Amino acid sequence: MKAMLLASVACLTLSVAAQAADPIKIGVISENSAISGIAIPNGAQIAAEEINAKGGVDGRMIELVLYDDHNSAADAVRAFQRLANQDKVVAVIASYTSEVALALQPWAGRLKMPFITPGAASDELGKRIHANYDTLKYAFHGYLASAFLAQSVCDAAKDLLVDKLRMKTAVIFSEDAAWTTPLDAGYEACLPKIGIQVLDHIRVNPDTTDFTPIYNRIEAKKPDVMITGISHVGVQPTVQWARQQVPIPMFGISSQATSSTFWKDTNGQAEGVVLQLVATNTIATTPKTIPFAEAYFKKFGVTPAYTGYTTYDELHIIVDAIRRAGSTDPDKIVAAMETTDWQGTIGRMRFSGKDDVFTHALIYGKDDVSGLVVQWRDGKQVPVWPLNLPGVQPMAFPSFIKLNATN
Amino acid sequence: MTLALQILIDGFAISALYGLGAVGFTLMFGVSGVLNLAHGGTMLVAAVVAWLVADRAGAYGGAAAGVAAGFACAFVTYFAIVKPIQRSRAIPAEEKEIFVLTGTLLWGIMIQEAVAYFTTTSPHTVRPLIEGIVTLAAGVRTPTNEILTAVICWSAIGALWLLINRTRTGKALLAASINPRGLVLLGYELSNIYLLVWAIYGVLAGVAGVLLGAFLGVSSDNAGTLTASAFSIVVLGGLGSVSGSLIAAYAVGYLETLTAYLIDPSLRTIPSLLLLVAVVYVRPQGLLGRR
Repeated sequence: MKAMLLASVACLTLSVAAQAADPIKIGVISENSAISGIAIPNGAQIAAEEINAKGGVDGRMIELVLYDDHNSAADAVRAFQRLANQDKVVAVIASYTSEVALALQPWAGRLKMPFITPGAASDELGKRIHANYDTLKYAFHGYLASAFLAQSVCDAAKDLLVDKLRMKTAVIFSEDAAWTTPLDAGYEACLPKIGIQVLDHIRVNPDTTDFTPIYNRIEAKKPDVMITGISHVGVQPTVQWARQQVPIPMFGISSQATSSTFWKDTNGQAEGVVLQLVATNTIATTPKTIPFAEAYFKKFGVTPAYTGYTTYDELHIIVDAIRRAGSTDPDKIVAAMETTDWQGTIGRMRFSGKDDVFTHALIYGKDDVSGLVVQWRDGKQVPVWPLNLPGVQPMAFPSFIKLNATN
Repeated sequence: MTLALQILIDGFAISALYGLGAVGFTLMFGVSGVLNLAHGGTMLVAAVVAWLVADRAGAYGGAAAGVAAGFACAFVTYFAIVKPIQRSRAIPAEEKEIFVLTGTLLWGIMIQEAVAYFTTTSPHTVRPLIEGIVTLAAGVRTPTNEILTAVICWSAIGALWLLINRTRTGKALLAASINPRGLVLLGYELSNIYLLVWAIYGVLAGVAGVLLGAFLGVSSDNAGTLTASAFSIVVLGGLGSVSGSLIAAYAVGYLETLTAYLIDPSLRTIPSLLLLVAVVYVRPQGLLGRR
């Protein structure tokens, strides 16, 4: 069944190029049935159309070759090999899942294929490139490493939860996956530093269907806030949180909630959820953010999930590297990508060097990619942090939330 | 005390839902000898349609559309998959059961992939029929819809009991599960009986799907698990025995809830699977099985 689907998806090989003359092919691998997965080919398509409308790279059009990996590392590796050996692409953008991206890394090295993941977060991605730079230098980590995600959430929590709401305690609520191991370690290290005591740490199985017992356990600890780290689960815990009126705010990372489809998937029960993300359609993080989000909405009818923004930027970054290198030779592309300094939709995008522990990882910081925090309110993502952002509003929670700010 | 009450309520609602999901499945096997492995797919279709339609037609419109979709899906399964296999001359009679199993299994996967293609693999939650929560003694908050879920499940099961035990048509259904040949000799058309059992199955699976979607939410990834859980409940209770399935549903439901609350939510399904292994080992016909 899977093989059949893969074959039919392969037939969908998309030819964006108007002129067939010697196009530059770029491979895209993603899980097309997931919110965060489908945004990858979609974001790439918009970038490719833009580049081609301006004449491509010296007249050579960008052609995307798309594969669906069903979020399986084995399928992704097969697609990666096929992209390299058969489709002869010059670079690959793949996956939002750390386990899959980690499986592809060695293949990027073996096949000397420039490869970037627009959505996986595990710290291991950069650490492995650091440890095996000579072989793995073809791999890039095009999304914030979990350690930076945790830092971003803590920075926001300091301003919003500690300074404004005088919160003192939290329970960490995350899914059991490769990307949350460093995330949780980051949370546990940085939350006490901003004055929030971690009362409990709950890692849930991504297959969980009933979150009632989990909320029950969290509530018994009486924390001021739940700090979340969820991506593969999202709709169900959010709906149960609202339906059972769990009186504790949700604050942190909730990847599914980055797309506008989340509101509909939860029937509006996402009201009040606070989440960190790298870009949203209502905030001009850079002058490119809103035009891209609008183009995406026009074409696909939903706003992009976080991977839509990063993929769009990273296809531009790859093409920019090819232009600067004046070649599609993998080593030259890699060398050019290392010196990337690109204003994307999510901020100023640069990759850390080979001496950094997180080699080839997106640089986090105020002037680079810093992330922002939004709150779902009445069908919209309302920005709440950084506080100096134009249009920022104070947080407001549904009536079932009891802020124990005074104890 | 609070915890005990919470477990009691949660376990009751989830067990009622499991029971409703399994009753149609076991009835179908008892009467027509078909194990419909597209069962999870049928529930999934009902839930997803309810979710989609509720957006335009409100919670009740959505629920009605969902049940109708489950019903329609059951008939498509029967006419497009099961009946052609049963009527085929190319397939030897003794292999037909295996062919039906394989056919419905593949059909279930097709439904799952189609739902994933059109509505993504992320879970959807059906709008509840009643909003709000009920606060019971000792601070146990229960969504009103959870209580309604249990009530609807038991009403549906009760209606099924009345149908089977108190109506002529229902008694024919029961007879078909005991001695189909005798029923034919009495002048009943077996194919009509099969149509009836598929219709009942469709309604039950549709209602169960919609309620499940509102209670816990469903995603296309759940289709296989839903079939497997109905299957294990039915095996535990005894294949074809409706009351056995209900007892098994409660055993599994409470075992899972106890595990989730007292041990660890991520180990939820493990004790009930161990119980299944034990029952199959000691009493292969299941709790109330006939063979």
